[in-house]
Amino acid sequence: MSILAFVEIAEGAIKKTSQEAVGYAAEVARMRNTTATAVVLGEIASAELENLGRIGAAKVLQAADSRLNEGNIQAYANVLAQAVEKENAEVVVLAKSSLGDAVAARLAAKIKASLASNAVELPDTSNGFIVKRSIYTGKAFAYTEMNSDKKIIAIKKNVYTPAETENKASVEAFSPTLQEADFNVKIKETVKATGDILLPEADIVVSGGRGLKGPENWGIIEELAGALGAATACSKPVSDLDWRPHHEHVGQTGIKISPNLYIAVGISGAIQHLAGVNSSRVIVAINKDADAPFFKAADYGIVGDAFDVVPRLTKAVKELK
Amino acid sequence: MKILVCITHVPDTTTKISFTDNNTKLNKAGVQFITGPYDDYALSRAIELKEASGGTVTVLNVGLAETEPTIRKALAVGADDAIRVNAEPTDAFFVATQIASIAKQNTYDLILMGRESIDFNSGQVHGLVGEMLGIPSVSPVMKLDIEGTTAKLSREIEGGKEQLEVSLPLVAGCQEPIAEWKIPNMRGIMTARTKPLKVVEPTGKEELTTVTKYELPAPKGACKMIPAEEAEKLITLLRTEAKVL
Ligand SMILES: Cc1cc2nc3c(=O)[nH]c(=O)nc-3n(C[C@H](O)[C@H](O)[C@H](O)COP(=O)(O)OP(=O)(O)OC[C@H]3O[C@@H](n4cnc5c(N)ncnc54)[C@H](O)[C@@H]3O)c2cc1C
Repeated sequence: MSILAFVEIAEGAIKKTSQEAVGYAAEVARMRNTTATAVVLGEIASAELENLGRIGAAKVLQAADSRLNEGNIQAYANVLAQAVEKENAEVVVLAKSSLGDAVAARLAAKIKASLASNAVELPDTSNGFIVKRSIYTGKAFAYTEMNSDKKIIAIKKNVYTPAETENKASVEAFSPTLQEADFNVKIKETVKATGDILLPEADIVVSGGRGLKGPENWGIIEELAGALGAATACSKPVSDLDWRPHHEHVGQTGIKISPNLYIAVGISGAIQHLAGVNSSRVIVAINKDADAPFFKAADYGIVGDAFDVVPRLTKAVKELK
Repeated sequence: MKILVCITHVPDTTTKISFTDNNTKLNKAGVQFITGPYDDYALSRAIELKEASGGTVTVLNVGLAETEPTIRKALAVGADDAIRVNAEPTDAFFVATQIASIAKQNTYDLILMGRESIDFNSGQVHGLVGEMLGIPSVSPVMKLDIEGTTAKLSREIEGGKEQLEVSLPLVAGCQEPIAEWKIPNMRGIMTARTKPLKVVEPTGKEELTTVTKYELPAPKGACKMIPAEEAEKLITLLRTEAKVL
């Protein structure tokens, strides 16, 4: 028996959220008296892989096949199923993402695993195997008993911070059997902002709403984000109006995030918006309306004009550094 | 083209969630139920595809009789017929098994649903169904066009999107901006009453998960207000008090 962690790569580096998944898997492995194996698909430098040992992986399985360099849902599910078999894995841990979610679902059917998505804590194995997960878009939790032999856990960001050690993982090459049918879905083109901090990965997020009046005013959001090393996000009307790209839209119908710090500027705080951000550790609301609902969900608030307050915050951050 | 659209029946997005029976059941008192917003996108795109090039749209829901108003609403916006699998949808594997069983009996070219339900947010069912049927599944899909027997899709990824092509049949988990939500008109509401809604009993009972207990998040403490004139103080507090900088 072992515990697997599925590791995603972005721009040649291991995603931060995947590192959390490896740490989580290592902790589950300790609970089960076994070890954690990280599975990496595609070609990536081996030094990077050994380092997975520092956050708890005893072993890394690498399928360094160029056909796996792109995240193909079916192929990935197939390869992971083979890794589960090879390692006799009881649990597969992964970080929630647009790829991870889609792959995990197919994998669950392939290996007949129970799947708990949006896990927010380590499992409770004192009596069965129970995972606490976030439901109703952050408005509640469900303690979910996983009844099958094989289990898949998709964790939310910021659920687990791996402890760093000096250990190195042994890297083992892995050559899964790939079928032509695994590549029936052809990836024709990938359009991706490079160099930006990806929203679901970010520890700090600065977000703007309709209160900013127009896309030409986003400079103040980007400057504050730049000073903080933060990603930028927006409310739904802002992406509906095409002021910002769709992948920045957070909330009930957008991306759900759980950074350490979420700063909302000129966003009213509608329940559908809060649904996507309410599991952030610390929330700051900046709004000129003292009655804006966001202040009820925030930890810190400033009633004021964004165009006055935000540049002053940027300046204060720069002075601090 | 034959399209199957799977819809969920979920609490409205503005619902204040609470539980009863010692935190083991959703308190449904006063809760308004709606079609899952992501499923609404899937349904709207299905109707658009049908309007553009013909075919049929069947709506499928796994749920008890209480979901029928939601199913009728889907018929009112233009679906041709509906199937309700008479069972409580408490486990993704169970729900996917039901959908796959219906799909095996009817061979659809396209199976659309939301990227996730807004009650359990698991986003599993499309992948499970795809795998159970041995056909591709793609999610989250923000654009879908059909040319002959080829689907051209755009899938959202962190920081951007992928353009994909695949031969039908296909399962897709949908999200905006794939289509504009459709609102039923009077004529639609009238005709929906007489459109076929078939009720079938579930296949098998196997569930892989059980919820043992629900819990609400701890209430937020009061918001600390900082006067706008002293806005800079926020940065100091975020560092020294909240310790997030
Ligand atoms: C089914 C459904 C799903 C939805 N999903 C989402 C979702 O995923 N994400 C989402 O965000 N919304 C979602 N919504 C929409 C949501 O209900 C709100 O309409 C939306 O969040 C409002 O966006 P906003 O706060 O940017 O704009 P507004 O509500 O217009 O608020 C603008 C705010 O800016 C403030 N303001 C104006 N000028 C200034 C200034 N100079 N300085 C400071 N503050 C200023 C105002 O006081 C106001 O509070 C959904 C709605 C539905 C029905």
